[in-house]
Amino acid sequence: MTGELGQLALCFALALSLVMAAAGLTGARADAATARGIAHGATMGMLVFIALAFGALTYAFVTSDFSIADVANNSHTLKPLIYKISGVWGNHEGSMLLWVLVLSLYAGLVSTLGRGGPQLTSGALGVQGLLAAAFILFILFTSNPFLRLDPAPFEGAGLNPLLQDPGLAIHPPMLYAGYVGLSASFSYAAAALIVGEEGWARAARPFMLIAWIALTCGIALGSWWAYYELGWGGFWFWDPVENASLMPWLVATALLHSALATERTGAFRTWTLLLAIAGFSMSLIGTFLVRSGVLSSVHAFASDPTRGFFIMILIFCAIGGALGLFAWRAPTLKGGAAFETVSRETALLLNNVFLVAACAAVFVGTLYPLLLDAINGEKISVGPPYYAATFAPIFFALLLLVPFGPVLGWRRGDLKASLRALAPALGIAAVAVVAVLAVASPRFLTGVCAFAVAGWLIGASILGFLKRKGARASAFAAALAHAGLGVTLMGVAGTTLWRSEALTVLAPGQTMVVGPYTLRFDGVTQEQGPNYRASRAHIALMDGAKVQSMLTPEQRIYPAEGQDTANTAIRTTGFEDLYLALGDDRGNGRWTLRAYVSPLAPFIWLGGLVMAFGGMLSLWGRLRVGARVPSAAVQPAE
Amino acid sequence: MKKFVFLLMLLAAPVLAAPVGDTFSDPATEARARNLQRQLRCLVCQGESIDESGASLAAELRHVVRQQIADGRSDQQIEDFLKTRYGNFILMKPPLQADTYFLWFAPFLVLIGAGAVAIFVISKARRAVAELPPDLL
Repeated sequence: MTGELGQLALCFALALSLVMAAAGLTGARADAATARGIAHGATMGMLVFIALAFGALTYAFVTSDFSIADVANNSHTLKPLIYKISGVWGNHEGSMLLWVLVLSLYAGLVSTLGRGGPQLTSGALGVQGLLAAAFILFILFTSNPFLRLDPAPFEGAGLNPLLQDPGLAIHPPMLYAGYVGLSASFSYAAAALIVGEEGWARAARPFMLIAWIALTCGIALGSWWAYYELGWGGFWFWDPVENASLMPWLVATALLHSALATERTGAFRTWTLLLAIAGFSMSLIGTFLVRSGVLSSVHAFASDPTRGFFIMILIFCAIGGALGLFAWRAPTLKGGAAFETVSRETALLLNNVFLVAACAAVFVGTLYPLLLDAINGEKISVGPPYYAATFAPIFFALLLLVPFGPVLGWRRGDLKASLRALAPALGIAAVAVVAVLAVASPRFLTGVCAFAVAGWLIGASILGFLKRKGARASAFAAALAHAGLGVTLMGVAGTTLWRSEALTVLAPGQTMVVGPYTLRFDGVTQEQGPNYRASRAHIALMDGAKVQSMLTPEQRIYPAEGQDTANTAIRTTGFEDLYLALGDDRGNGRWTLRAYVSPLAPFIWLGGLVMAFGGMLSLWGRLRVGARVPSAAVQPAE
Repeated sequence: MKKFVFLLMLLAAPVLAAPVGDTFSDPATEARARNLQRQLRCLVCQGESIDESGASLAAELRHVVRQQIADGRSDQQIEDFLKTRYGNFILMKPPLQADTYFLWFAPFLVLIGAGAVAIFVISKARRAVAELPPDLL
């Protein structure tokens, strides 16, 4: 029954999304108040039905209803409840349903909280309805999660054990909240082009911020998961799937900055519209990369092209339609940029130049190998050295310039005064350099540069906090987000440059040394988990002859799925991680053990959190201000 | 303290060297081998370099790399040797050749192009400042 209910709910949602699209777009006209009412109603109706469909699938997973193919292929009765639930989005069909659920949630938010004129909101709902309709059609025709199996199998095939992890249980919803959240900015931009309303950037800002915060957290969470779960101590692999989430983040960051100028002085009006379109386009392209199978091989894609082609057509329609609308309507918008060379507008413009170039590096690096393979069959790898040579210098240049933005005035800045204001940050950067030279060895030039820039970023942010007593929340938000960049930079530099490691085969009772730590191997025991067997190593961290603490890295075997995973043991001081992964069994009780000491590793994700807090502060300030001021009123922000 | 750690490392060295496979006793050569291994992609797991891959092919390739280093071949020679056997796909760093110019230069072309547009926008915006009512500045 549940499957049929879900299917039915999905069909109703499709109908309502079409109503939403038609009524919403009609409501973009001034005299169509009735259509606007219908659009709002249809939005809520669609949200309810999508939620019902999602609830039905979740129920099927929780109750292990193996008559539904999706559940049978991706679940198992012995799985703990949390992974039965996360299994809903741990597969293609369910994750697309989550995609549409998030899209509907944003549509609901636009409908209830969206500020800006009624025509603009209605137009945005219309575009959101079009997107929802396209994706529900995609689900119904190529990825239906409610297809039945007859006869139903007695037991399910299980979920990829790598995904059976608390971090990865919440990673996809978080990432989708960001990815798909960019659809709200996209819809607002398209609606603004249709209606010709200029206040769209202000109306869309809360949604941009929510999407950016979620994307930041989602990427940090994914990177953290890769760090502790994959067992190699790495935190970013420049894997195409990771890149697919980084590209929307880079564009969304550019959008947040460009939209500031548009709101405040009307500068970069058309460019901000284009970025809003580009941001969601990157999300769509990322979805295509991850969901079409094109990544594993161009040929795997060609062997089952239905899904890939459907998404490709969808992308062409969405991006092409939006760009067509842009080309047609954007010239009618008044260009209003007026500022001196030294001004905050210039700083924001440079931010965009570097972010777009950085995004281009990731974009080309991710897609060019696929293109080359398709054209002449030549296979190349684009690995970390490529990004170190392209992305890294571009992003580094951006980081150098970041502190200037908040201290320069709008329209006409004062370079001398700004430099004077920032001088103490240079002092902090110098302290950071001295500290690195004193503490760290070996000494790397890149490490010195990284810490200098981190000190510069954090120093400038501290100055921002001190100087701006009584300033708006947004000023503190910017300082916090920029400081987060510095924190992450320190973590990245510390981990990549000063990591020490040891790979040893140990017999029980033997010790090994890694960095400043001495470890004693006390043997391996066999443990039984709910749906796995584990070989658990007992490693004593020694303090002289005393045992300071015990670490237990594991190798888990999941019999239902026939796969094994490494479960690392990480002991952190907050400034340094001791990271242990258990390798293979060498017989006679001897095991391979890999150990890493990663200085400042926790800073990588701490920085991401700090950035996200900056975004939340900005959002809070925005909602508070918005509550006080009538919606359409023009008033300076930031 | 550092000296002590170093001594401990010396004590541990035979354990390190013995069973894991061939490890060079000279730290500089070992570092060179590790660095080279990080530049080579594991052909089975693809996401990882042969330095970090657990696949048996990666172990064989590590052995090849170390054997050739021991034979006194240069990094370039070793990379060329593997490239002729496995193709460019094995190199983490794509080679610079006619069909990868776009890959290597596109980010910087975008940077230059966007920079040029920015200069154009700024110069236009500067001219517009003169026409602004003074109270806006």
